[in-house]
Parts: sequence; structure tokens; C-alpha cells
Amino acid sequence: MNDMSALPTENSPATPAGADRDAAYVRISHVTKKFGDFVAVDDVSLDIRRGEIFCLLGGSGSGKTTLLRLLAGFERPTAGSIYIDGVDMGAIPPYERPVNMMFQSYALFPHMSVEKNVAFGLEQEGVERASVRRQVGEILDIVKMAGLGARKPHQLSGGQRQRVALARALVKRPKLLLLDEPLAALDKKLREHTQFELLNIQQRLGVTFIVVTHDQEEAMTLGQRLGVMNRGRIAQVGTPSDIYESPATRFVADFIGSVNMFEGHVREERAAGLRLEVGELGCVVRAERAVSCASGATVWAAIRPEKINISRQPPPAGAAENAVAGTVREIAYMGDMSIYLVQIASGKMLRVTLPNTARGGERPIAREESVWLSWHGSSPVVLTE
Amino acid sequence: MPLLSQSSGRRLVAGIPLLWLLLLFLVPFLIVFRISFSEVRLAIPPYTPLLSWHHGTPSLELHASAYAFLFTDPLYLSSYLYSLKVAAVSTLCCLALGYPMAYAIARSGAATRPVLLMLIVLPFWTSFLLRVYSWIGLLKNNGVINNVLLYLGVIHQPLALLQTDFAVYVGIVYSYLPFMILPLYTNLEKHDLTLLEAAADLGARPLRAFLAITLPQSLPGILAGSLLVFIPAVGEYVIPTLLGRTDQLMIGRVLSDEFFENRDWPVASAVAILVLLLLVVPIILFQRIERRELEAHT
Repeated sequence: MNDMSALPTENSPATPAGADRDAAYVRISHVTKKFGDFVAVDDVSLDIRRGEIFCLLGGSGSGKTTLLRLLAGFERPTAGSIYIDGVDMGAIPPYERPVNMMFQSYALFPHMSVEKNVAFGLEQEGVERASVRRQVGEILDIVKMAGLGARKPHQLSGGQRQRVALARALVKRPKLLLLDEPLAALDKKLREHTQFELLNIQQRLGVTFIVVTHDQEEAMTLGQRLGVMNRGRIAQVGTPSDIYESPATRFVADFIGSVNMFEGHVREERAAGLRLEVGELGCVVRAERAVSCASGATVWAAIRPEKINISRQPPPAGAAENAVAGTVREIAYMGDMSIYLVQIASGKMLRVTLPNTARGGERPIAREESVWLSWHGSSPVVLTE
Repeated sequence: MPLLSQSSGRRLVAGIPLLWLLLLFLVPFLIVFRISFSEVRLAIPPYTPLLSWHHGTPSLELHASAYAFLFTDPLYLSSYLYSLKVAAVSTLCCLALGYPMAYAIARSGAATRPVLLMLIVLPFWTSFLLRVYSWIGLLKNNGVINNVLLYLGVIHQPLALLQTDFAVYVGIVYSYLPFMILPLYTNLEKHDLTLLEAAADLGARPLRAFLAITLPQSLPGILAGSLLVFIPAVGEYVIPTLLGRTDQLMIGRVLSDEFFENRDWPVASAVAILVLLLLVVPIILFQRIERRELEAHT
């Protein structure tokens, strides 16, 4: 899953429809959408493969929902074009697109029963009544809502409504399903359960999913690939582990999970990695990563909290590299792990997490204790922008 | 100690409208109801008393003659039917005109919406009577409409517009249109527009989406608006009197003529009671819809 086609295809020539299975099923090419002066989507190019689950992840106002609405046809791009299965969607209204959407609010028709809601899409196509009934029954079975067909939406729980919305969007067997924050309205327990069920249904029906979410956890578990959006642009595209372990920009590093970020200068560049002079850390950071940047350039080192060791003893290699002394200021016990906020000489706070592997055992590190923080050379990510 | 305990305060608040209805609706209704079961006589008051005394014993005097009279003279039946027809046609015209207007206002921008609503309500700032009178100036033989059409050469003889059914429809539709638009607007404005997007997403063209989603959801608004136009239109007195035909009267006019021209209070009261019976069905319907709307939003 770590191939180069995962990156936005800036200059790749458009391939004819269905040329090969790995070709883009949905191609978003230099799409811009403006609302007055506000640029909601800014020159986005993105390829989505057939049968994959692609998550668009971003904060509010990042343009992710606008991009979804552009795909559904509710908005027209100001510039650029969208191809679905090789067909330019430019002049095609929403009611003629081979796409269905599951709305964040579910948008169930309140005056219709569950069955009528699900049947609506088929009825628009003029499918004969017996066939409609059979297909509605099948899809209600799949989403485990058989027997509740006669209910009205207001007689259902949140989770049941979500299933009806999913059934309604899937009943026409679209090749592409757009899901706008599909789990946002569910409580945490139901959410985890539904998440796995969504994956199950997606595999069974072989539908391509594009999921919009602001919840990184949801994106990580649901998405085979993620596109992180920021201010209308795609900041990075990749697998969940690509994005977590090798964020491309400071924004991505900061948006996904938590991170300790330091500004530094490149002191030495070698094939094996770089050495950074990091003033606010008071030590040299050695990063075993190949990053092309000039000596002396300003860069940022990002270290995930779980990749930092915390210890009472100084590291054996000495304090010159990838180690710094500090004082524990705050400890948050989370059950499965603990978060330590450690203040170093420059006054900066570092966030360190440790799994609580042992119960009881040795004396735990306490507040106001002096500790050493250290990390492996493979841990820091060097970011140039 | 507080002057009013909480429960007595609540009772007071609920009691005021109750007292209002009791004094200004129920009591007059009972008086009219009682008069309708008496007979006319040349006296003050011009009807027979409820109780008469014969040799010291009171006896109840109830006469159904006023009601019987209503069914013998075809004038009353034809007036009732004509009133229903005028009210029904006017209501349909108001709906046909008012629905698109309410829809347009509900879908207009947040800045223009109050202006458009203001324009709907603006005519109420002028006296109702004055506005109906001014239609005479527009519709009469040498009125504005005929003069313009004659001047343009469209017609060579003035059209008989005034004192026709057409004039009554124009007057009623013009006067009652806001009562159709406002409840419709209130309903349409609350619609969740993502439902239309969902319908489009499922393959419904705009007209299909309107018929399947918007129209059924606006039914409470259509009913509320229709009843607000239909109920007063049935008993309308001013508009048909000023603009309408002289050979076919509406029931409101018949009622007032019985009271003030014929001085036959029992018959007039019987007419009023039957109008009320005629309207009770739509009124109950209206209240049921209102209650359901209220429940749906709580």
C-alpha cells in the first residue's frame, strides 16, 4: 500500500476509462471551488481507486465536505474537472450521477416509512414493484433492519436511522458511495461496532467508499488511504501509517495524533541522516531520515510522545545527542497509559506517553522528579514546511 | 407571603382567555341559539320570550319555525351553496397564487426575506373597507381597467367587471391571500433542504423531488392556509356586498338583511346557527392539524 500512485497525480496523463483495475476510478483534476471570495477547495487533484475506502480527513472549513458535495454534484466546480469511471461529470446533475451519498444528518424522509425511504431510489428508476420489494428486503437484511420496515424515521434510534440511511444509499448498488461523517451522530460504543460493520458491508458489496470525517481515529480505522485536507488543499495522501509515521508537513504531524515539535537548523547532512541543531531542546537531534535540504536551512523536528523514553538515569551514550534532562510537571493517568508533561531547561514542555504495562511493580515516576528523556534516531521526523 | 401563589397565578393566566371566550363567544352564541328557537313578533325585543306564564305556571316556548322556513324558501339553500362555491373557488385561487409566493419567500436570501414578508403584510396598514372600495374604482365601467383597455383599443365596449362573480373572487383572493401565504411560508421555511439533495442523489429530478418531498411535507401548511381563507370567506359580507352580484347573495348578506331589513331575528339567528354548523367541521379539522403540528415540534 506504499506505492507512488498514492500521491496526488499532478502530471500523470488521463488514462482511458477502465484501462486497468489499478487506474483511478474517481479522478479529481485541479478542482477549485470558490464561494464568493472564499476558496473552499483550492486546486485539488486526487485519484481514488476502485473498491477502496478513502477517507478525507480535515478540520471544519478544510474543504472536505465541499469536495464531497462536488463529487455528488450538489456543487459545481469553479475550475477543474471530476471524472467518475472515466466520464466527465461536468454537465451531469446529481440525479444522473452513478453516486449515492449518506448524509451526515441522514436526511431520511420523515413522512415515509423505512421501506419507502429505501425504495425511493429504485422507484425513481422505474424498477417494477416486485423487484423493488425484493431489493429493499435484501438490503434491509444486510443492514440488520429487517422487520422494522414499517416504522417511520422518528420511531427509530440514532443507530437504526444510520442503518436506514446506509441501506437507502446502497440499495441502488452504486459503484461509489459518499459518506459524510457517517459515525458522528453515534455514541462511542455504537460507533466502534458500526465502524467494523461498515467495513464488512463495503467488502461484501465491493463498493468504493469516500468517507469524510474530522475524527482521526475514525479515519485511521476505516480508511485504507487517507487524504488530509487543510485550507482547501490536500496536505498529504497516504496509508494511515504513512501519515502517522511520516507526516509530510507540520500541519499533518500536528493534526494526526499529538507531537512534540521543535524548530532547528541543519548542521550536517549525510546519506544516513541528518544532525539538527535544536536551540529550544538544548541538544543535537540525530534523525535517520533522508531529507534533502541545504546545510543551515531551518527545519522542524517532530517526535511522537510514545517514541520518547523517560528514565531516572542518564542515557549511556551521553547527553550530547537525542537526549535531554527535564522535570516532570504533570502526570495524567489514562488507565492503559500515562501522559507525562516534562519541562526542559528552555522552559518548553514535552509530552511523553508510556504504556502502563506492569501493575504496581517498581516505584513509578512522580511529579517534580528529575528525569532524562531520550529517543531513537529513527523517531524524529524532519519537516521542511 | 406572595400575593399570588404559583398555582393561582397560573389559573389567572389561563382564566383570562377562558373568560374572554366565555363572555364574547359562548354567551352571544347561546343568545343567538335561543333566539333562533323563537318566533318573530312586533315588540321590543322582536321575538317571543323563552318562558311564558300560563295561570302561574311557566312553560317553555320553543319554535322550530325559523329553521323550517329556511328549508321552504330556496333563497337560503342557494345562498348557502353559492357561499360554499365562492369560498372554495377563492381558496383554490389563493392556494394557486400563494404557494409559489410562499415558496419563493421561504427560499429567498436571508436579507430579502423580511422585506418580502413585510410586503405581504403591508396592505393591512390600510383599512380593509378602503381597500375593497378601491376595487370598485378599478373594476367599474369607467374604472381604471376598462379605461386602459379602451384606450389601448383592446376592447370597444367596457367590460362588465363589477357586480360579477369575478369581482367577488378578485376581492376575496386579494383580501385573504396573506392568510394563505403566511402559514405556508411558516411551513416551507422549516423544510430541511438536505432532503431535496437526498432525493436528487437517489435519482429524483427537481419536479419529482418537489412532488414526493416538499408537497407532502407542506400539507399542514396548505390545510392551515386553506382553512384560514375558507372559513371567513364563507361568511364574507363586505366584499360581495360592495363588488358582487345583486341577484345572487352570499349567506353573510342574507343574514344581515334578515336582521336589519326584515327585522326577523329568529330567522337571522337560525341562518347564523346553520353557518356555524357548516363551518364547525373545517374549524375542528383546523384545530386538530394545529395540535398535531404543535405535538410534532415538541
